[in-house]
Amino acid sequence: MPQGIELGGIDYVILIVYFLFVLGIGLALRRQTKTSEDFFLSGRSIPAWIAGLAFLSANLGAQEMIGMAASGAKYGIATSHFYWVGAIPAMVFVGVFMMPFYYGSRARSVPEYLKLRFDEKTRTFNAVSFATMTVFSSGISMYALAKLLELLLGWDFHASLWVSALIVLAYIYLGGLTSAIYNEVLQFFLIVLGFAPLVYLGLRDVGGWDGLVAKLDVVATSNGYAPGAWSHSWANMGSASANPMGVEWFGMAMGLGFVLSFGYWCTDFLVVQRAMAAHSMAAARRTPLIAAVPKMLFPFLIIVPGMIAIGLTHAGSDFALPKMADGSWDYTMVIPQMLAHYFPPGILGLGLTALMASFMSGMAGNVTAFNTVWTYDIYQSHIRKDATDAHLLWVGRMTTIFGILASVGTAYLAAQFNNIMDFLQLVFAFVNAPLFATFLLGMFWRRATGHGAFFGLVLGTVAAALHHGLTLPAAAPVGIKGGWLMAPPLHAYSSEMAQNFWTAIWAFCVCFVATIAISYLTRQKKTDADLAGLVYSLTARPREEQLAWWKTPEGLGALVLVLAIALNVVFW
Amino acid sequence: MGLDIRTPIGLMFGIFGMLLTGYGLATSGSAIYERSLGHNINLEWGIVLLLFGGVMLWLGRFRRAGPRAS
Repeated sequence: MPQGIELGGIDYVILIVYFLFVLGIGLALRRQTKTSEDFFLSGRSIPAWIAGLAFLSANLGAQEMIGMAASGAKYGIATSHFYWVGAIPAMVFVGVFMMPFYYGSRARSVPEYLKLRFDEKTRTFNAVSFATMTVFSSGISMYALAKLLELLLGWDFHASLWVSALIVLAYIYLGGLTSAIYNEVLQFFLIVLGFAPLVYLGLRDVGGWDGLVAKLDVVATSNGYAPGAWSHSWANMGSASANPMGVEWFGMAMGLGFVLSFGYWCTDFLVVQRAMAAHSMAAARRTPLIAAVPKMLFPFLIIVPGMIAIGLTHAGSDFALPKMADGSWDYTMVIPQMLAHYFPPGILGLGLTALMASFMSGMAGNVTAFNTVWTYDIYQSHIRKDATDAHLLWVGRMTTIFGILASVGTAYLAAQFNNIMDFLQLVFAFVNAPLFATFLLGMFWRRATGHGAFFGLVLGTVAAALHHGLTLPAAAPVGIKGGWLMAPPLHAYSSEMAQNFWTAIWAFCVCFVATIAISYLTRQKKTDADLAGLVYSLTARPREEQLAWWKTPEGLGALVLVLAIALNVVFW
Repeated sequence: MGLDIRTPIGLMFGIFGMLLTGYGLATSGSAIYERSLGHNINLEWGIVLLLFGGVMLWLGRFRRAGPRAS
C-alpha cells in the first residue's frame, strides 16, 4: 500500500483557488464565443507561444505524467527516447513541412484535410476511429485520477470523478477551444512550478547527479545488467538483451522515432488542433517548434523523479516505492509517493494541484478534439449538411456534454472491466500505426488517390493486427499480448515494447506500399487545381523573408534539432 | 478586447506565492520541514512563485499581445 496523504487547510485553499481560476477563465471567455469557428478553432486568433504551450500541455495527460515517471524507474534515462527521439524530430517535421498544408488548406480538422485531399470514406474512417479513441482516452484519464485520489486521500471515487468531469465540462462549454487552450497554458506553468521543487529535493536527497548515477549502477547490476544501464540512453541499445527496455537501436529509431512518433505528432488532431487555432500561418508553423523546447527538457521534470525513486528504494533509504500484490514495485506510484514523502503541507497542495491539472488538461484536450471532429466531420458531413453556423455552435456545446458523459461512462467501464480497455487500446494502436504513411504520401505525392489511401489504411491496420497475432513478447501469455493466430508464435520479442515498435513498422510499410500500388491501379479523380494547397509540389512555398533566420520555422527547427542531438550525446 | 492569459496566470501564481510565503513564515522552524530535508520549502518556493507571478502580470500589463479579438 502506498503512503496516504493527510491534507491541511492550506492545501485545500490552493486547490480551490485553482478551480476558481479555471472556471473564471471559462466565464471570461464566454462572451467572445459567438461562432462555431470561435468555439472549435478559437477563431484562429491564438498567438504562437500560447498555441505552443497548449500543444505540449494537451499531450501532458495522466498517462504521460504517471507513465513516464514509472518508465524512468523501470528503464532509467533511456525513457528519454520518448522525447529526444520519439517527439522532437516529428514536432520539427510537422511545423516545417506539414503545417503549410494543414493550415493553408483551411481545413478545420485533420479528418477534413483527408476529405479535401482524398475522399469522404477516408475522412469518415479517420473521424470515427479518432472520435471513439478520444472518448476512451479521456475516460481512462478520469478513471486514473479518481482512483488515485481515492487511494491517496481517501476521497470518494464517484465524487472525484463527477466533480473533475463537471469542471472540465463547464470551462469547455463556456469558452470552447480558447478556454481549453488558456487553461492548458495555466496548467503547463502549474505542472512545471509544482514539480520542480520535487526534483530539487529528490536530487538533494540522492546526493546530486553523481549520487544518482552511483545508486542506479546498483539498480542495474542487481537486475543483471551492466552498470550504467539506467544512466545511459544509447550505450546499451546495441542488442535487445543488454537494456531493460528489451529493444535494439533499429527498432527504437524506426518504430518509435519514425513510425509511432510521426504518426502521433503529425496526424493526431488532439495536438494539431492547437496549431490550427494559431492566428497566422507563421504562428501555426512555429507552434510545434515552440512546444519542442520545453518538451525536450521534460525528462528532467518527469523521468528523473522515477530514476531517483528507484535509486533510493534500492539503496534502502527511508524513501521506498510501494509494492504491488505480486511483490513487484508499483512504479505508477513514483510521483504520488514522492509528493507524500518530500512535501510538507502548503507546497503539498501545490504539487497535488499540479497533478490534478495534468489529468484535467489531458481530459480537456480529448474533449475539444472530440467535439470538433464529431460536429464537422460526422454531423455536418453526414447528418445535416445544410446546418447553419449557429446550429453548429449549439451542436458543439451539446457534443461537449455528450462527450463528457460518455467519458464518465468509459471511466466506469474501466473500473469494471480492465480487459476491455486493454483490448480497445490495442485496436486503436492498429488503426493509428499506418496513418503517417497516408499523410506522407498524401502531402508529398500528388498521384496518391482516394481509393489508394483508404484501402492502404485498411490493409495497414490489418497488417498491424496480423503481426500482433503472429508474435509474442517473451514470457507473456497468449491473448491480449499477441500470439493468438499461431502457436507457437512465429517470432518471440524480448519485450512488449519491442513488439509494439515492430507492429508499427510493419503497419507503416504495408500501408505505404499498398497505397502506392492501389493508387497506380486507380484513377486520380482530383485535378491539379483541386490539389493546390494540399500537396507539396502544387503549393507555393510560404515566404517569410522579413523575419530573422532564427524566427523562421526552418531556422527555429534546425536550432531545436541541434539541441535534441546535443542532449542525446550528453546522456549517451 | 480579448483576455490576456498572462494576467490570470500572474494573479493565480501571485496568490499561491502569498499563501506559501505567509504559511512558510508562520510555520518557520516547525517539524513539518523534516520532510523537505530541513528546507523551509514553503517560504523559499513561495518567493519564487511571487516573482513568477509578478513577471507574468508585468508582461500582461505592459506588453499587450493577447489574441487578436474580433
